[in-house]
Amino acid sequence: MHEFIILTISGLVTGGIYAITAGGLTLTYTTTGIFNFAHGVTGALAAFTYWQLHFDWGWPVWLSIIVVLGILAPAFGVFLHFAIMRRLEGTSETTRLMVTVAVLLSLLATVMWVWDPQTPRNVVNFFPGESVDMAGTRVSYHDLITLAVALIVAIGLWVLLRSTRAGVAMRATVDDRNLAVLNGSRPEVPGMLAWATGTMLAAVAGILIAPKLSFAALPLTLLIVNAYAAAVIGRLKSLPWTFVGAMIIGLVTEYGKGYLTETRFPTAGPYLSGLTDSMPVLVLFLAIMLLPTSRLRGHASSRTREIAHRPTWTGSLVFAALVIAGAVVAANTLGAADLFASTKMWGFAIIALSVIPLVGYAGKMSLAQLGFAGIGAICVSHLGSGGNPLGLLWAALICAGIGVLVALPALRLSGIYLALATAAFAVMLDRWIFQLPAFTWGDTRIDLFNSGTLNFERFDWPGIDISSDRAYFIFGAVFFALSSLVVVWIRRGEFGRRLLAMKDSPAACATIGMNHKLTTLTVFGLSAAMAGVGGGILGGALGTLSPVNFDFTAGLSVLMLMVIAGLTSPGAALFAGIFLGTPLITNLFPDYAQLTTILIGLNGIALGKNPNGFIAAKIRPEWEPALQRPFILAGSAAAQLVLVVLRFTDVIGNWAFVIGILLAVIGIPAAVKGELMLKAPRTEQELPPGLSEQPEGLGLNGHRFKPADIEGLDKLIAMPSLPTVAMAETPSPTLPGARHGA
Amino acid sequence: MTLNVADARPAGPAGAPPLLELRGISAAYEQVEVLHKVDLAVPTGKVMAVLGPNGAGKTTMLKVITGLHEPTGGDIFLAGRCVTGAAPVDLARIGLCSIPEGRGVFPNLTVSENLWMATYRGVSRKEIEEKVFPIFPRLKERRTQAAGTMSGGEQQMLAVARAIATNPAIILLDELSMGLAPLVVDQLYDVVGKIAETGVTVLLVEQFARTALAVADLAAVMSGGRILQVGTPDEIAGDLHSAYLGG
Repeated sequence: MHEFIILTISGLVTGGIYAITAGGLTLTYTTTGIFNFAHGVTGALAAFTYWQLHFDWGWPVWLSIIVVLGILAPAFGVFLHFAIMRRLEGTSETTRLMVTVAVLLSLLATVMWVWDPQTPRNVVNFFPGESVDMAGTRVSYHDLITLAVALIVAIGLWVLLRSTRAGVAMRATVDDRNLAVLNGSRPEVPGMLAWATGTMLAAVAGILIAPKLSFAALPLTLLIVNAYAAAVIGRLKSLPWTFVGAMIIGLVTEYGKGYLTETRFPTAGPYLSGLTDSMPVLVLFLAIMLLPTSRLRGHASSRTREIAHRPTWTGSLVFAALVIAGAVVAANTLGAADLFASTKMWGFAIIALSVIPLVGYAGKMSLAQLGFAGIGAICVSHLGSGGNPLGLLWAALICAGIGVLVALPALRLSGIYLALATAAFAVMLDRWIFQLPAFTWGDTRIDLFNSGTLNFERFDWPGIDISSDRAYFIFGAVFFALSSLVVVWIRRGEFGRRLLAMKDSPAACATIGMNHKLTTLTVFGLSAAMAGVGGGILGGALGTLSPVNFDFTAGLSVLMLMVIAGLTSPGAALFAGIFLGTPLITNLFPDYAQLTTILIGLNGIALGKNPNGFIAAKIRPEWEPALQRPFILAGSAAAQLVLVVLRFTDVIGNWAFVIGILLAVIGIPAAVKGELMLKAPRTEQELPPGLSEQPEGLGLNGHRFKPADIEGLDKLIAMPSLPTVAMAETPSPTLPGARHGA
Repeated sequence: MTLNVADARPAGPAGAPPLLELRGISAAYEQVEVLHKVDLAVPTGKVMAVLGPNGAGKTTMLKVITGLHEPTGGDIFLAGRCVTGAAPVDLARIGLCSIPEGRGVFPNLTVSENLWMATYRGVSRKEIEEKVFPIFPRLKERRTQAAGTMSGGEQQMLAVARAIATNPAIILLDELSMGLAPLVVDQLYDVVGKIAETGVTVLLVEQFARTALAVADLAAVMSGGRILQVGTPDEIAGDLHSAYLGG
């Protein structure tokens, strides 16, 4: 009984911290429509700042608390709102989520950069050693404070959102921003207040939990995953239910840790230790599955600024050919160490490619693609021993089956709930399944990760030897190029149209009799299969893999890079592969490894401006005209060929070669622009009277219609002039702040 | 923002400047111009109906007036003062009240909270409820119900209630009748008529001409982004066929 009381108190305290975290999460989601994945890392940042002020610089506790919670945290929230979040109006839920992931990754890297993880640090409880006796159990002041703060936060937030005009305005702004403005509410104020309060709550939770965890950035950041479940139990809007959910999760976790031990269950114990760590995500998964569908409605993503470009076969074949050609050149020019380090890029690129049909085309947010890659790697390692390529086939089939199984309960989910369900699956794989010790099923002994490390041999294709790094690198490129053509084939075919239709309007799909369930299951299976194969290719590249290669945050990086470059572009998968799977960045900035992650994060943060990704927004418009000018392409290809010959004959080194290739590539759109300028009409006399551009060019290429153009066009097509209404002449005093004001 | 157009609410003397005036307003979506030098004057204390088919530019014109869409040319005058480019929130706070197309309510807020949102225009919550609930007793019955769970007619009723609650100088109504039963539309327009009798200026945009003309003092026909005709409801009623069908 005594143990039960201790576990209950401990569970309530843990639940209290989850309640504070989930309360902040719910607040920002309810009032801004953004599910903040960076909530946990904000808490970590606050905890480290508190450590710096109090434990390192010796400031008094009260002053450190006031500075962190009263000044820095709210100020950071306001900064987040103005610099990032308010620019996300009109973007899809995927983009909004990914921007917060970008914030997560860059803040995590910043914390690890500023506070070196190798240096041990410690944060102790408030009032260390002080406690009270409750039911025969000593309860520390720190725990009591935590419980009291959780209760105050829950009640305070409820009062804020229900009984104050500022709170009602926050909720109104999410419902209909324009309508709120038309009622005289300044939309910046509720958003700013929500982010300031949410960030402060993250900071409170971070400081309170810091003494209970190992004081490091990652565990504090991943605290958020545990809080997801509480927020979902509150359906991301009900604060009382969020509080109840947090308490349930806290209790379940502590009871699990206390009772599911190896001492009590000598046989099952080793298998259950990972399960206790996964309790919150199990609760999350169950909550999402058991809540009625009508209660699982996130914020509607109405019209978005995002479009899915339809790739041409010509462009796609050119892309595939360039990938292979580039790989051949790189394989013959890179040094041995760099080449080995780069072989894994194709595995990452194929995993990233698997995101395109599922997230890019079908709009089904999945955070578990790297988890599927892990399953694929296990299949290839166990079923493709000796380099048997059939291992890849098994990986595809088994991953497709598991993908469909995961999709079955997720069929009724969309948006943020689907993202959270797949996140729960990924975290469960990461924390529990991949960590399982060996077990026996019937007569078969199964050891998923060989108790730590999977071993791979390079594939043994008949007639082709790809055992060397060079050959494997080219093999990976060919595999990726072919996979990218499969993705293009999907997009251009009927299945691709079904996926896009399902993304654009599920209701319209239902009215035309489309079986959206079958389509969803198929795309989940297909995408999981592709990720699984990617995992196998990755294993073949490295030779050994461990569960850490497939952890949840690494999966977020893959998805984020895809969103940055464009979720519907195979080129984005190549970008993700290069970024994650080559030493390019570390070679360029050897002393600033964390800075690289920060830069990725900052790029992700810019998504609000370019929700279609930089390939669709920047690269494609510049390159498409070039595809119609073969002589320019041929000129660039010839220049590149000369550079390749010069490099192979050792006339130039690697740096000169790379710079030359870059110039030859960048020169293509520049040459196109030059040609267009030469052909453009040079004088106004060549234009029809009254027009500022040729009639066919009006409205295109940045030439905006002007009133004079409309009149000119009217004259050109002999349109009669329309009657106008006589207006009274009135004086027009100016209004401060108006466009025609002072 | 120092202007207070609510002061201009009582009908002004003959020849006084109109409460709302558009001079040569042009507007565009991306590269396509949809309003072409629109001129329109809404006299103080009058109800003006703007009629026209789908795509005429009526809703865009209202968006420009409320500040939600920036014009590419021309000026807007409110009580004789130029307000072109003023922020929608400032216009709302000085008495320009708008009920946008569709259901102008916050679906996740209760009826009471929806009315609370009108307090940004300078009236207390108590005053609003005292004014609105006698006119719309059904809203009082449902004050704790989420607006999104009410019928379309009740939602529109709530939108009108929130608009009239704060004694605005001018109310802009966009397609009040959209998707509603004729009986509900008649009830809502009865309320609009009563609002107008108190001296509030009303600019309403409608596709259904007969309903709008019944409450209007003046009417305008709009098509292809241009005002084609302005006159009394009787004058306009006679020429409506050509406005909607061409010729």
